Amino acid sequence: MIDLISELLSYHFIVRAIVVGMLVSLCSALLGVSLVLKRYSMIGDGLSHIGFGALAIAAALNLAPLAVAVPVVVGAAFLLLRMSESRRVSGDAAIALASTSAVAIGVIVISLSSGMGNDVYNYMFGSILAMSRGDVILSVTLSVAVLALFILSYNKIFAVTFDETFARATGVHTKRYDMLISVLAAVTVVLGMRMMGALLISSLIIFPALTSMRVCRTFRGVVICSAVVSVICFLIGIVISYAAALPTGASVVVVNLAVFALFSAAGAILRRT
Amino acid sequence: MTPLITCENVALSYDNKIIAENLNFIINEGDYLCIVGENGSGKSTLMRALLGLKAPSDGMITYGEGLKQTEIGYLPQQTAVQRDFPASVFEVVLSGCLSQRGAKPFYSSEEKKLAVENMERLKISDLKKRCYRNLSGGQQQRVLLARALCATRKMLLLDEPVTGLDPVVSSELYCIVKDINKQFGITIVMISHDIHSAADHADHILHLGGDDVFFGTAEEYKQSPVGKAYLGGHHHD
Ligand SMILES: Nc1ncnc2c1ncn2[C@@H]1O[C@H](COP(=O)(O)OP(=O)(O)OP(=O)(O)O)[C@@H](O)[C@H]1O
Ligand SMILES: [Mg+2]
Repeated sequence: MIDLISELLSYHFIVRAIVVGMLVSLCSALLGVSLVLKRYSMIGDGLSHIGFGALAIAAALNLAPLAVAVPVVVGAAFLLLRMSESRRVSGDAAIALASTSAVAIGVIVISLSSGMGNDVYNYMFGSILAMSRGDVILSVTLSVAVLALFILSYNKIFAVTFDETFARATGVHTKRYDMLISVLAAVTVVLGMRMMGALLISSLIIFPALTSMRVCRTFRGVVICSAVVSVICFLIGIVISYAAALPTGASVVVVNLAVFALFSAAGAILRRT
Repeated sequence: MTPLITCENVALSYDNKIIAENLNFIINEGDYLCIVGENGSGKSTLMRALLGLKAPSDGMITYGEGLKQTEIGYLPQQTAVQRDFPASVFEVVLSGCLSQRGAKPFYSSEEKKLAVENMERLKISDLKKRCYRNLSGGQQQRVLLARALCATRKMLLLDEPVTGLDPVVSSELYCIVKDINKQFGITIVMISHDIHSAADHADHILHLGGDDVFFGTAEEYKQSPVGKAYLGGHHHD
């Protein structure tokens, strides 16, 4: 085991992936609690598909991938939130529309520019080789910013998540915090999606929150538990993927699934006694 | 006396359907106003309008100088909290202190003390660590009341606060409300179906219901035809 880990750490690209992956897991777990409780889980999924389109276009135009995808997806987060507020289009329909359109455009752009193949596979399911040095620096900066903003707004996020009407009636700018949550989620999704894959990144948002809600009974408990569970699952997942030569993103998701099952069982036992 | 809130010819509607109209009344600092009326007469909607959550379709609501939204406590009639929301009672009560914090991110020890005091007032101290979702309806109501008290600086709006409370706690609640009204000069606006307690405790009554809107002091209400009918009609149940 120790040998395996020291071998793992001798590869620079894996160390980079671990650093970015841990930060992304942490951010997505924290934001996930609020997104899941507000019934916005699908936003993470929608944003990652839009991110896929943005990355495809960036690659075709030979632009820096993150520099293109971050603003595009943040903009999309604004729009999706607007759409789910207006009564004309229902929120989940709006997300489905936007995300499938983005995937379609992305696939067309890729097949026009380089032909289908590995690229699409990597975008969809992630690749551990994806992170360059510059990406790592940008990712670390952005995820530290996400963490700091989350911690500073923690109490407001609780109030807005628990009872938006009361928060608004007593003068909290709830729209601002809704925006903040989705912008932070957008940044996190883009940072994580190239490693985890566009199809799998949203699981990092949803699984830890659901897992810890099986056993924890307070908001703070759920937030802390999600963060810990998410980081540990990521680390176990990356070790397994290396040892068994499996795709990283899928391994992390499967570990999350296993832990979710474990916590569900624990929760059921706790409730019975 | 400075008016805190003035309503002039206010009309409320949903999707162009008028719920209530020709509402004219003034809430002064230190008033205790009770809003009564049948189900569906627009009481909750009016309260939401007073809170700025819903725009009136006609007329004007003006706020007196110095009434900030962050100084208002509010108890909604229904809180749409999801079934499995993980939140402890203390977390919920403490979130009432949030509005006065402004940009400051964390709660001070004074605010935690205030939350603890309000929990004692409403006799829910022993529930502090319990999960909000697993409480009984009356217990949840008391938690939300404690939260509203934490948010109150100048004004407290209560939408049917005694629903689901047992008689002992209800009468204690009336005392608490009366107390903060008299002692701290906090303006109270309460919606209630408990018309007799309302007429006894409040100093002003607003009666909604179609064409016969009544606004006046509790004494005037007891003498008015609307009030007599309404008060009398409830003696028999
Ligand atoms: N969101 C809404 N959309 C459309 N109509 C609504 C909405 N909320 C309330 N109404 C309608 O407005 C009217 C007034 O509702 P409101 O909740 O203000 O009544 P209320 O006086 O508080 O009644 P209760 O005593 O039952 O609490 C009702 O006829 C109701 O059907
Ligand atoms: Mg009502």
